[in-house]
Order: sequence, then C-alpha cells, then structure tokens
Amino acid sequence: MKKFIKSFSVAAASLCVSTAVLAQTEVSFYFPVAVGGPITKIIDGYAADFNKNNPNVVVTPVYAGSYQETIVKSLTAHKSGKPPTAAILLSTDTFTLIDEDAIVPMDNFVKTDADRQWIKSFFPAFMLNGQIDNKTWGIPFQRSTVVMYYNKQAFKAAGLDPEKAPATWTELVEMGTKLTKRDASGNVTQWGIQVPSSGFPYWLFQGFSTQNNAILANAAGTKVAYDDLKTIEALQFWMDLSQKYKIHPPGVVQWGTTPRDFMEGKSAMIWTTTGNLTNIRKNAPFEFGVAMLPANARRGSPTGGGNFFIFKKAPAKEQQAAYEFAKWLTQPERAAQWSIDTGYVAVSPAAYETPALKKYAAEFPPALVARDQLPHAVAELSTHDNQRVTKALNDGLQAGLTGTKTAEQALKDAQIEATRLLRTYQ
Amino acid sequence: MTLTSRHIQAYLLLLPAFVFLVGFTHYPAIATLIDSVMSAPRGGRAPAFIGLENYQAMIQDPVFWKSAINNLWFALATIPASMALSIVMALWVNDKIAGRQFLRMSYFLPTVMPMIAVANIWIFFYTPDYGLINQILQLLGFKSLNFLGNPDLALMSVTIVAIWKEAGFFMIFYLAALQTLSPSYREAAQIEGASRWYFFWRIQWPLLMPTTIFVLVNALINSVRMVDHIFVMTNGGPNNASSLLLFYLYEVGFKFWDRGYASTLTVVLLAILAIAGLVQFFLLDRRTHYR
Repeated sequence: MKKFIKSFSVAAASLCVSTAVLAQTEVSFYFPVAVGGPITKIIDGYAADFNKNNPNVVVTPVYAGSYQETIVKSLTAHKSGKPPTAAILLSTDTFTLIDEDAIVPMDNFVKTDADRQWIKSFFPAFMLNGQIDNKTWGIPFQRSTVVMYYNKQAFKAAGLDPEKAPATWTELVEMGTKLTKRDASGNVTQWGIQVPSSGFPYWLFQGFSTQNNAILANAAGTKVAYDDLKTIEALQFWMDLSQKYKIHPPGVVQWGTTPRDFMEGKSAMIWTTTGNLTNIRKNAPFEFGVAMLPANARRGSPTGGGNFFIFKKAPAKEQQAAYEFAKWLTQPERAAQWSIDTGYVAVSPAAYETPALKKYAAEFPPALVARDQLPHAVAELSTHDNQRVTKALNDGLQAGLTGTKTAEQALKDAQIEATRLLRTYQ
Repeated sequence: MTLTSRHIQAYLLLLPAFVFLVGFTHYPAIATLIDSVMSAPRGGRAPAFIGLENYQAMIQDPVFWKSAINNLWFALATIPASMALSIVMALWVNDKIAGRQFLRMSYFLPTVMPMIAVANIWIFFYTPDYGLINQILQLLGFKSLNFLGNPDLALMSVTIVAIWKEAGFFMIFYLAALQTLSPSYREAAQIEGASRWYFFWRIQWPLLMPTTIFVLVNALINSVRMVDHIFVMTNGGPNNASSLLLFYLYEVGFKFWDRGYASTLTVVLLAILAIAGLVQFFLLDRRTHYR
C-alpha cells in the first residue's frame, strides 16, 4: 500500500510537472549592451535563476545590440504586431514609446502594498524620466550619471592637493590652467580638462546647464529652453574652456577615446559616465580620483541609461510575468551585485545597505560618488519626438564648440528648430 | 501570336526569379513611392495622404542639403581616387616582384575586414596628440590636428577611410582583367620600343575599359552606400559636417521614426542613382570596346 501511494505520488508529481511545462509563460526580453564586461552572460544567468524560482515562467533574453539597435528591433517588432514582452531601452525614449503606443504603464500591475512599496523604493532621480502624467512607464535598471575622473599624479605634479578635486567652475578653470602643460614649441602635452562632445553632446552639456540652474525641457516634454540665457551662459563656459582659457582640447572631442586620453595622461581631468569606472580602475597606470561635477549656481548632472519597459501588444499573462521579473531583477541584493559587476549605479538606496555593496564601497570608495551625486541629479533631456529635438541641440552645441557659431546663435537656431518640431504636441 | 504551351513553360521557369524580383525590388520601390506622399504613422494615427508636403519639407531642410552636398564631395573624391589607386596597385602587383603574394594580400585586407571594426581602429589613427597620424605630423614639425572634431576636416577624414577600404576591392577586378591580357601585346610593345607609360595608356587602359565601367558603377553605388563608418567615427558630426544622404536617411527613418519623410529621401536617392547609372551606361558603354 505504502509503495502504491509512493508510486502514485511520483506519478502525480510528474503529471504536475508536465502540466506546468504546458502552462509555462514565455517572456521574451530584449536587452542592449552599452558597457564593457560579460553582460550577456550575467543576463543569461539572471534568466536561468529566475526560472529556478519561478518554474512556470521562462525568460528568454535576446541580446539586441546597442541601445539604438534595440529600440529599432523592438519598435519594428511592435509595428508588425509581435513585440518582445519586455525590453531595456533608454529612459529618454519613454515619450517615443508612448507616442508609438508601444508600452503599458507599470501601474496596471501594481496591486498590493508591497507593489506600491517597490515602486517607491528607487532613487527619485532615476524615476524622473520614467514617470509621465502620474504614471510609471519604466523601471530603472542600468542607470548612470556623469562624474569627473582626475589624475592624482598630475595633481601632485602641478602642486595641487590630490585629494581635492575642483568644486566650482572657478576652481575648475584655476586648477585646469595649472594642469595644462605645453612643450617648448607651444604644443599641449597635457590638457587640464576634457569633456567629450561627439555623438550625444547634450548629455554632458546637461552637466554645465544644470550647474548654471537651467532645466532644458519641461516635464511634459513639450517645451525646451535651449535659448534660455542660463543655457547660453553654460555653453559659453564650455566653449571658453578651450577658446578662452585654452585648457580644453579644441573642436569636438571624441566620446570613445576620452577614457583612453585620460589613461594616456593626455588629459588630467575628464567627464564621462560612471559606467567607465571599472574600465579605468583596471587600466589606469596611475592613482586616480572620482569626484562629483563642479558647481556653479548649484551642483548638477543628468542621469542616463536604460529602463525596463513592458510592451502593450504582449499577452496579459506574459506582461504579468515580465512585471514579476522586473521586481525580481531590482531586488537590493541583485541590484548591488549588478552595480559591482558593471559599474552602473545601483537603483535603490536599499542596495547600498547590502553587505556586498558595503564591502565593495569600503574597498573602493569612488564607487559611491555617483550615488552621492544623485540628490543633485536631474532628468536626462527627453521630449516628444525626442531624438529629433535632441539632435537640434546636439548640432547647436557642436557648432558652438567648433567655433562655427556663437553660443547665442547656435542655441537660438536650435530653439527655433525644436519649437517647430514640438508644435504638434502643444 | 497565340499563347503556346512553350510560352507557358517559359513563364513558369521564370516565375521563381520573378517572384523574388517583384518581392524585393519592385514592390518595395512602389511602396516607398506611396509612403513618400503620406504622413508618418504615429501610435494610433493612420498615415494620411499629404501630397508633396514631404518633398517641400525636404527642399527646406538644411540638413538634407548639407548631407547631399557632403555626399557629392564624398563621391567626387572616393570614385576617382579609389579607382586610380586600385589601378596603380593592380599594375604593381601584376609585375613579377618579390613578395607579390604578400602585397596582394595586404592590399586586399581592408576589403575583408568589417567596416565597423576598421572604423574603430581609424578613430585611434585620427586621435589628436597621440594618434598615429598626429604622431607623424608632430614628428615632421606640424601641429596636432583634431581630424574628426573639426568641421573642415571631418568629411575628408571619413572619405580617406572609404578610399582605403575600397581600393583593394577594385584592385582585384583590375588584377583579374590584367591577367587575361595576352602577354604577346607586351612582347610586341617591347620589341617596338614602346615606353611603359605608352604601353599602359595605348594598350592596357583601352583593354581594361569594360572593367573600368564595372568598377565605376560599383564605386558610384558605394559612394552613396558606404556609411557604416560614419556611425562609428562621427555620427554625422560635428554639426552635420560629415553627414551623408544614406546616414541621414537612417536617422530620419529609425531614430526619428518619420517613415513618410524617410521614404521621400529614399525616392530622391533612388532617382539620383538611376540617373547616374543611365548616364554611365549610355555614354560610356558606347565608347567601350568589348572583345
């Protein structure tokens, strides 16, 4: 009898397993890779672990290229009627995704108090780009800010305190002047400061503009303040660094080679993403420091990086499963490990209270700078028709930095173009 | 003439090719033409007929004109330069010289490497101060130049990469053509005491004409098609100084999601290519001697 019961229960159990297999929900998940490191392997690991905890859900991660390629693939799939269930896309693409009617707000799935608690658990700065019209459209996942890296050895050589990075624009110019070295024939062998301006100069410019108390777009994404007096002043300051003070390389500086320029000792200070921290830590042959960006009227930096979105045309059951996956992904322990592995900022204060991240930060204090800067951070520039409106600013910034236009002219032109593009959304 | 079973059989045999031709060439071309007079579909809104509004917008779009003029310069530089370079290289590696195989391979290498990888390497060649080219410039006593970050130099810099990439590919065609030329021409020329230049100009060059036409058509197509390295090296910047038509088309289509306007640009691009192709075939083809 006992044997019979045992064999019966085994049979029943196997029956359960097979029905579970039949009832499995498949969640397709597109993700981009934007920083170095074995990102694909980590994400595949997450999918497998999630499946272990939730046997009835199978997450299929699809590596979809860069951010740009990922949104092209996701939106094309959406237009053909078969989008992925979820995807990591730039937080600034939220308006585009809403305008294309491609995503659903997370609020659809928030039912319990625990859910509401979870939505509130993130750093407020990271929610800025994802919350529109009182709805939460994206959950922060791989997020970053701009920070300043500086060469302590060069600081010592120039007679500066290597523990004290410039805290204001005035100090930036003073220290930058001391750090700029020229050889006998007047060629610069070491620049004081370098802020890259190829590709997406608006992002780094948001450092300057925020510090000068200018906010580039309204929260509704229908108006921009490109020709605001404070915005013009901010661009003028960036241009002055190279054109007046001659402590910054002239023209447009490549984003991609900037970390290399720093490690080669060609620039004593650089501004770039926190995402480069692990790379620079591994490869810089000298002692370096990480600091918040300097202040003028205030401190300031934009946030950046990708949010987790759920697609509208996916079946309800898959959407629900994707929502559970998002909650699972952003648990403090996992967010902490993700931050350690990649250099991205962990998305919630609770993650910084975990033993793993505490230990890491004790060994390597620069890992905390990005978090400490978050209270000063603002939303990344994002509007309706986002990439086009942003391109108007990018073109204007590059025109100013290369000396083709004055700061005022460049930004007035950008404003006219942006206003024209946004007129249908008023 | 009646439709015989022979005709039906012929059409059936043509059918598979015809399906592909219609599916991948004719249908997209017509669909593009239709899309170009429609507004971009956004969210719930269906595309609406707007006539020539997209074409008007294009004429008023400074970035379009900038890209078009850039593309013209890009074509005017890459086509003759890559062809001239490829002939010189082909003539050289056609001779019996030491290390010929190695040379041929080195010249062909840029062609087999993926453009994205190549562009990433060239970024470092062009880097100010410590980049390869600037190190050489500084050694010769010149000042370091910011090739990709200066609007006056950016287009030239991406053009050079394209020439470097293309020349090896065209060399293969010239080399193959040169090897089909009968050695008796050269022997005869040597006996007659013709100079090397005379031999090339009066004998090899005319005989290479069919290859030249082929290469010219390809070079023209490539001059509007080769934009991969723009994405990596400059993103069309600074301030659109290195933006080319196809690059701008991608931006409009897949960054701005403006399908209508992107279709308009495609139609214009197609028209330009068609005209250029026809001119080439009708003018040059007649003057070419095919054996």
